[in-house]
Amino acid sequence: MINWFYLHLRAIRHALHRLVSQPVGTLLSALVVGIALSLPGGGYLLLDNLGSLARGVSGTPEISLFLDMNAGAAEVAAIEQRLKGESELASYRFVPRDEGLRQLEAAGLGDVLGGLKANPLPDAFVLAPRREDPALFERMAERMRSWPKVAHVQLDSAWVERLHALLGLGRSAVLMLAGLLGFALVVVTFNTIRLQILTQRQEIAVSRLLGATDPFIRRPFYWFGGLQGALGGLVALGTMALGIEALAAPVARLAETYGAVFALSGPEPEASLAIVAFAAFLGWLGAAISVRRHLAGT
Amino acid sequence: MIVFEDVAKRYAGGYTALAGVSFEIRHGELVVLSGHSGAGKSTLFKLIPVIERPTAGRVLINGQDVSHLPRTAIPYLRRNLGLVLQESRLLFDRNVYDNVMLPLVITGHPAADAAKRVAAALERVGLDGRGKEMPAGLSGGEQQRVAIARAIVNRPSILIADEPTAHLDPAYAADIAALFRSFNQAGVTVLVSTHDASLFAASRPRRLVLAKGQLVEDSRPGGRPAQEEVAA
Repeated sequence: MINWFYLHLRAIRHALHRLVSQPVGTLLSALVVGIALSLPGGGYLLLDNLGSLARGVSGTPEISLFLDMNAGAAEVAAIEQRLKGESELASYRFVPRDEGLRQLEAAGLGDVLGGLKANPLPDAFVLAPRREDPALFERMAERMRSWPKVAHVQLDSAWVERLHALLGLGRSAVLMLAGLLGFALVVVTFNTIRLQILTQRQEIAVSRLLGATDPFIRRPFYWFGGLQGALGGLVALGTMALGIEALAAPVARLAETYGAVFALSGPEPEASLAIVAFAAFLGWLGAAISVRRHLAGT
Repeated sequence: MIVFEDVAKRYAGGYTALAGVSFEIRHGELVVLSGHSGAGKSTLFKLIPVIERPTAGRVLINGQDVSHLPRTAIPYLRRNLGLVLQESRLLFDRNVYDNVMLPLVITGHPAADAAKRVAAALERVGLDGRGKEMPAGLSGGEQQRVAIARAIVNRPSILIADEPTAHLDPAYAADIAALFRSFNQAGVTVLVSTHDASLFAASRPRRLVLAKGQLVEDSRPGGRPAQEEVAA
């Protein structure tokens, strides 16, 4: 086991030496990988921020439960009892018909309502589900429609559906972009390793004659690909940070015009780690394919 | 111990490099292999570390049949052989020390002991204190000495050398031959091919001669066949 660690340490040292001994090539490769990754990474970040912004501007989505005009106190209490048993419900609020009327008058509809002989509004419950999931909204509404003395269930989820559809579309686009550019990264690493194998052909041949195993020869290339990918991942994080810095002020001004306070946020530490790890994995993958393809003949 | 049993090697183009070659080299022997160019010397040498495989017959190294050795087992066989080729095959972007250290790096030898072994190997070939020099700054003979130090650093029981003196001046060639004789005196089995068998004559080595892929002579100086002498 100690020998295994020693051989990996030796391979890492070898790979780092190769990276450092060709600073221009290393920098260019890291930039290519970094820019390729920063596009889907930035797209993901943008979608994440858009989701937060939409939630901040539109408030929490709700379901309104309007009761029959003739629903009595006992029936209202029975419905409230049922609501208490709903596990997917974050909170609910009872709006008596008189309070509903007052709210309409306060909203400037007093003149219209003044012409009516009696209060036309029913008692209502306003519900806030735990999750902003359009499917959940639909299921809850469907169930509540069958409750006694419930006249109408109104969903306030149209915007949630639209937002989810838009974000879903965006995520699909980002995934496709990530797939394409990830493939490009694998190709870049494949070619870099191919050139390295060509330049080290003599060393590989001599090492084989001296008893080097296939893993011994392959390890430094794997580490090189992984480290180059990770370096590219760090460049991508840096590029995204610069993008956020550049966009922060214009976005804040735009939010202000909607009366909202909003600041762009960068990736969470877990997401940053995931980007670097993903880049390292793609680099390793490119190296592995290249080594398998090009070392067979040495 | 190296045993060839009716070994033949025919290349893809139909060229027969070896045909029915049989011999046995015992532990601690010094054997000089000679023959004209194209006689099959290099092919014979390639069969021992399994650079090539025979098309017929068996090659046994220390009792192990290496003719059909799995690819993954070949590196472990080579680690137990000291291998010196016609060209030094040094890595010219590394200094002498790192070149000699390479076999120990490959086997994952502990660093402290490895450093001692490299120093001892360089001293053995007369290059002590020159570890930091680059191979390009050395003469042909010195480069071959580095290659020999690299071959012995793992302390192999068998040392094989394919024309190690081929491109050297007579003085350098004599030095290299003396080195191989000294390794043999230390108990190492040595098989060396050369165009000039007189370089090793002082040690009265066993002599194998190849011609057109066949073993045509197996004797010691004086004319007595080796197998007869053993039997006597």
